[in-house]
Amino acid sequence: MTSTAPRSSPLHSVHAAAGASFTDFAGWQMPVRYSSDLAEHHAVRTAAALFDLSHMAEFRVSGEGAAAFLDVALAGKLSAIEVGQAKYSLLLADDGGIIDDLVVYRTGDVDFLVVANASNREPVAAALEERVALATSSAGPFELADVSDDTALIAVQGPASRAILEATAGLDAVGIDALRYYRAIPASFEGAPVLLARTGYTGEDGFELYLEPSRAEALWQAVSLAGDPLGLVPAGLASRDTLRLEAGMPLYGHELGLHTQPVQAGLGRVPALGKPAFVGREALERGPGADARVLVGLEGDGRRAARAGYLVYASDDSTTPIGEVTSGALSPTLGKPIALAYVDPGFQEPGNLLSIDIRGTRLGYRTTTLPFYRRKKD
Amino acid sequence: MTENTDLRYTAEHEWVLVEGSVATIGITAYAAAQLGDIVYLDLPEAGTEISGGSVVGEIESTKSVGELFAPVDGTVVETNAAVVDSPELVNSDPLGEGWLIKVEFTELPTLLSADEYGALTGAGA
Repeated sequence: MTSTAPRSSPLHSVHAAAGASFTDFAGWQMPVRYSSDLAEHHAVRTAAALFDLSHMAEFRVSGEGAAAFLDVALAGKLSAIEVGQAKYSLLLADDGGIIDDLVVYRTGDVDFLVVANASNREPVAAALEERVALATSSAGPFELADVSDDTALIAVQGPASRAILEATAGLDAVGIDALRYYRAIPASFEGAPVLLARTGYTGEDGFELYLEPSRAEALWQAVSLAGDPLGLVPAGLASRDTLRLEAGMPLYGHELGLHTQPVQAGLGRVPALGKPAFVGREALERGPGADARVLVGLEGDGRRAARAGYLVYASDDSTTPIGEVTSGALSPTLGKPIALAYVDPGFQEPGNLLSIDIRGTRLGYRTTTLPFYRRKKD
Repeated sequence: MTENTDLRYTAEHEWVLVEGSVATIGITAYAAAQLGDIVYLDLPEAGTEISGGSVVGEIESTKSVGELFAPVDGTVVETNAAVVDSPELVNSDPLGEGWLIKVEFTELPTLLSADEYGALTGAGA
C-alpha cells in the first residue's frame, strides 16, 4: 500500500540482539519469532511471554465532548464505561462494514485512548477526523490526536504475568493486585507514566503497558529480568496469531473487514443499538441479508491444518463451496487442527461435519463452539 | 551443526548427500528457520517414482506450508519415519536426524556447492 521503507519498533535493536526473526507486518519490521514459535506459544499458556506491540496505533480523545464524540463515531456506548475501564469496540462504515476493531480505554473523566490495528492506522485516523463534524456541539469541545508515534506498547501475557510485573524493578504498579480484567490504572516506570491495563489478545491472563517509546527498552529489560526465573520468554507475532486463534478472537483482514457486518462475525452485541445515532447504525438495523455468511469455529483430526483461503464444502463429494477458511493452524495447545471460517447460513450449528479442500485433499472438519481454548479461572 | 562438506544444495533450499546411487535429501537450516516450527510432514512412501523438479511432499509449520521438490529423478527407497513422528527434528537437526527421504537416482543433476548455496541465502547454509 505504501512504498515507504519499513518502520521499526523502538525495541528493534533489543529484538535483533535476542536473535529474533523479523517479518513485515503492516509496514513494520516486527519479530515473528525468537527461536521457536511453539515454545513461545506454550510459555503464554503455562508461564508468561513478553510481546512488543509498538506497531499498534493509538488515538487520544480528550475534552468535555469526548464521550459523546466516541458514541457517534464508534459502534459501542463508550460514554457508559467508567474511568479505568476498557471496552472492545468497532469502527463501522456507513454500510455497516468494519473499518477496524478497537480497544477503548477511559483514562480520565474526559480522556479516552483508542487503540487500533497497525494496518488500519490511516483509515481509522481518516474516519475519526471525518466524524468530528458529526459530534454534537452541545456536548462540549474535544481534541482528537494520533499519538501512535509517541506510544510504545509492551504486553506481558500468561499466568505468571502479575507476579512478574510485581517483581519488575522500577515499575510502580500500586493497585495491580486488585486490577480486574479489562481495567486499567495509571502506573509509572522509573518516573515515566505507564498505562497498565489487564487486557490482551491471547486468551490468557495478562497485561498491556503503554508508555513513551524512549522508555520502552528499559522497561522491556526490567520485565525480562524479573520474568526470567518465572519462565518468561520474548514472543513474536507467530505465537500471537496461534494464541488468539485458540481463543477464538477475530483478526482484522481475516475474520473482519469492510465487507463484513459485526453480526456475521459473532460480534452482534458489540454495537449498542440502544444509543442514539452512530455511523453504520441504519445498515446494522437492515442487517447483512438473509444469505450472508457467518463465522464458525471448525476442528479437525490429524495434523493437517486448513489455512486462510481454503474452501469449505458441505460434504466430501460436493463441488459447490459453502464457505471459506479465514484463519487456521494446528493448535499447539489442543494438538488438533482448528480454523475459523465463514459459511453459508444453515451450516453454522455446532457438530456439523463439513469438508475442507486442503491443497487438493478433502478432510473432514466439525463445526464447534468458540473459543477453542478457554483458560481455567483461578 | 556439523559442517558436512559432502553436501550439495538446490535453489529450493534442500540438501543432497550422495552415497553411491542413493541420495539422502533434507531441507537446509535456512529453510527450516524460515518456516518456523515444523509440525507436519507429508513425504512420499518408499517405492514412489519421483522426477526432478516436481513437488513430492509438504512441510508444514504453524505459520506456513513449504513444498518438497524432488532434486533428482529416481525411486524413493526410504522415508524417515522418525521425522514423520517428530517433525521438530527438522528444526533441531535439519542436516542430520531431520533428513526426509532417500532416493535411488538414475542421473544426478548439477547441484550447488556450499559456497554457491551460501551466496544464494546471503549467509552460510
